[in-house]
Amino acid sequence: MSVPAPARVYLDHAATTPVLDEVVEVVAREMRQTGNASSLHDPGRRARRVVEESREQVAEALGVRPSEVVFTSGGTEADNLAVKGTYAARRSVDPARDRLVVAGTEHHAVLDPVEHLVAREGARVTWVEPDGDGLVTPDALAAALAADGGPATVALVSVMWANNEVGTVAPVPALAAVAREHGIPFHSDAVQALGQVPLDLSQVDLGVVTGHKVGGPLGVGVLTAGRDQAPVPLTHGGGQERGLRSGTLDTPAIAGLAVAVTHAAQHQAEHAAHLGELRDALVTGALALDPGITVSGPWSPGDTTSRLAGNVHLRVADCEGDSLLYLLDAAGVACSTGSACQAGVPRPSHVLLAMGVPEDEAAGVLRLTLGHGSSRADVDAVLAALPPALERAQRAHAAASGSRTRRSA
Amino acid sequence: MRVVAAMSGGVDSAVAAARMLDAGHEVVGVHLALAQSAATLRESARGCCTLEDAGDARRVADRLGIPFYVWDMAQRFREDVVEDFAAEYAAGRTPNPCLRCNEKIKFAALLDKALALGFDAVATGHYAQVEEVTDAGAPGGVRRELHRAVDPAKDQSYVLGVLDADQLARSFFPLGDTTKPQIREEARERGFSVAKKPDSHDICFIADGDTRGYLATRLGTAPGPIVDSDGEVVGEHGGAHGYTVGQRRGLGLKVPAADGRPRYVVSTDTRSNTVVVGPEELLGVDVVEGDHLRWCGPAPVGEVDLGAQIRAHGREYPARVEVHADGGSDGIPERVTVRLAERVRGVAPGQSVVLYDGTRVVGSATIASTGRA
Repeated sequence: MSVPAPARVYLDHAATTPVLDEVVEVVAREMRQTGNASSLHDPGRRARRVVEESREQVAEALGVRPSEVVFTSGGTEADNLAVKGTYAARRSVDPARDRLVVAGTEHHAVLDPVEHLVAREGARVTWVEPDGDGLVTPDALAAALAADGGPATVALVSVMWANNEVGTVAPVPALAAVAREHGIPFHSDAVQALGQVPLDLSQVDLGVVTGHKVGGPLGVGVLTAGRDQAPVPLTHGGGQERGLRSGTLDTPAIAGLAVAVTHAAQHQAEHAAHLGELRDALVTGALALDPGITVSGPWSPGDTTSRLAGNVHLRVADCEGDSLLYLLDAAGVACSTGSACQAGVPRPSHVLLAMGVPEDEAAGVLRLTLGHGSSRADVDAVLAALPPALERAQRAHAAASGSRTRRSA
Repeated sequence: MRVVAAMSGGVDSAVAAARMLDAGHEVVGVHLALAQSAATLRESARGCCTLEDAGDARRVADRLGIPFYVWDMAQRFREDVVEDFAAEYAAGRTPNPCLRCNEKIKFAALLDKALALGFDAVATGHYAQVEEVTDAGAPGGVRRELHRAVDPAKDQSYVLGVLDADQLARSFFPLGDTTKPQIREEARERGFSVAKKPDSHDICFIADGDTRGYLATRLGTAPGPIVDSDGEVVGEHGGAHGYTVGQRRGLGLKVPAADGRPRYVVSTDTRSNTVVVGPEELLGVDVVEGDHLRWCGPAPVGEVDLGAQIRAHGREYPARVEVHADGGSDGIPERVTVRLAERVRGVAPGQSVVLYDGTRVVGSATIASTGRA
């Protein structure tokens, strides 16, 4: 049997990353130990020590206090806790605070909790519209706060640190300052930013990172919650993690997470410089292939502060992203269209639509994301695989949309 | 060859994909998303393209170790199949949307996209057989013929009667030599989670199977008279488009028949919004005029003796078929007259008549009108 060659070039680090060897070792070491970090006996104390040392390492890497680190099952849970928990807490103190001010380019882990609160809990939402590069400016945030009843009606502001599809980095300290003027908690999903831009989560009231985007284990993430933040918990039980997140702590995963997060923070500068070079070579090469190719979001060579160093997002005229995906997969390149899908059916990305990209131009999208382990050879392989893939994908698009009457009798 | 296996999430297409892989082809599974919006896991669960079905198809593909994609053809499906279905009923005809889907979606939009992506063919879980015969006039000296499946209870060659020679040349039906119980057994042996999944029935985009209710929603109600063959009003209907020739139930006739015998719909006229009922003997027809001709191979010339099948799992009747080459431009036959050897009941305009020569599918026509010799 002959099937398409297995993916040898992995360019989907925004989805998940290879686990670091050191992480595998630490996780395996901890999995051989017995002990519930809440238990009082010796094995329990041992587990607690591992958890708390991990917490201190994570806090150090993220610029917050250990008491502000809440371990969760990942970014999605942490975002849900930040959004739903803070909304509930704020509104119970002041029922007039029924409004969420949220960037239109957020990940579904933020969008969907917001839409849930609107649909089920009587919340209102004001979307902060980004510019054509996906950038949310302090002026746009200030305008959104002033709208719909003014800042006194706002429960929470949420703007992601870096966008997962197009890689746009938000000016978070300036945005957080706008919210702080009005005493409104500021939440930022920093899942994609970790390891690629300098990250200081003390700048925000609620911050979110996850392990598996930086070589850590799947299924473990962090909510950083300032000491004066008291979101209403989503899960109730043993009262672990300041009572914000009950459930027996996953000691091996937390220990692995700490290794990965520390590694990401310590190597951020050199990592960004390396990925930025690869990114620029990939974008430059792709733009030269076909005049129908454009790059989404801000991009200028050498700039790794306004766009993630590892993110390449291309739009290709007259073809569908899933065709490109298949053809590149068959050529040994693993990448993504970048947008969420329902039952695998591609829909135009809400991020691109929020950026003002017309719906028909949002179909032919390709997200190539670099990470640790990526090399110049990966870039060269993609640039070699792209031309035949583009040609075929564009023919498939013409066949599926244009030949409507060809076979009619 | 590089082959797209169309995978509905059912047991048949799962085994078809596996057999293509066993035969040494390079196989990629494709599930067609045809519903406009699948709001729940089980919406339109009797047919295809629910989220659950897509998940079932993906499980099989993963087990086979083949790539799997969902292709969104909902818009094409709506335009070419669903809207056509409603328009045909509105015009007083009884369409078969499965044939339409095969002609316009599975072996057109899907096949065309697959070919453009570099595939050579499409494989489906239809029960039918393809035979290759030598033909000096055909490209490569080989012509492909479409034949009935060995399992008469499952034979689906009828719904494939719309394929032309080009489409047939790029189609595989790996299940045609096997019976359905054997396919279920094979699926079980292969460890497919869908081995016991029930067969789909009816029309996939009418989830509850209530075609009349669906049409009433789509086309609205328009009360009009039900008359007998003398023109006497014997009842009232909610819209002539909701009635099909041969129908007996649900007529709600107010005036009893003089002879007390059951009455059936013998014709409908959507222009005058009239439904005509009559006794059983008025139902039988033995002359069928067809248009929208589709030939699976070389078109027959003049008058030929063939078999004619008028419903998906109906009987085949001996027939004399006359191909009228005069109707169309470029000498392309535009109509056929099918003279059935016996009178057949419940034949409605809009249905497809599929013509057979032995087990070989010759082609098909859409019934334009019926009559008695």
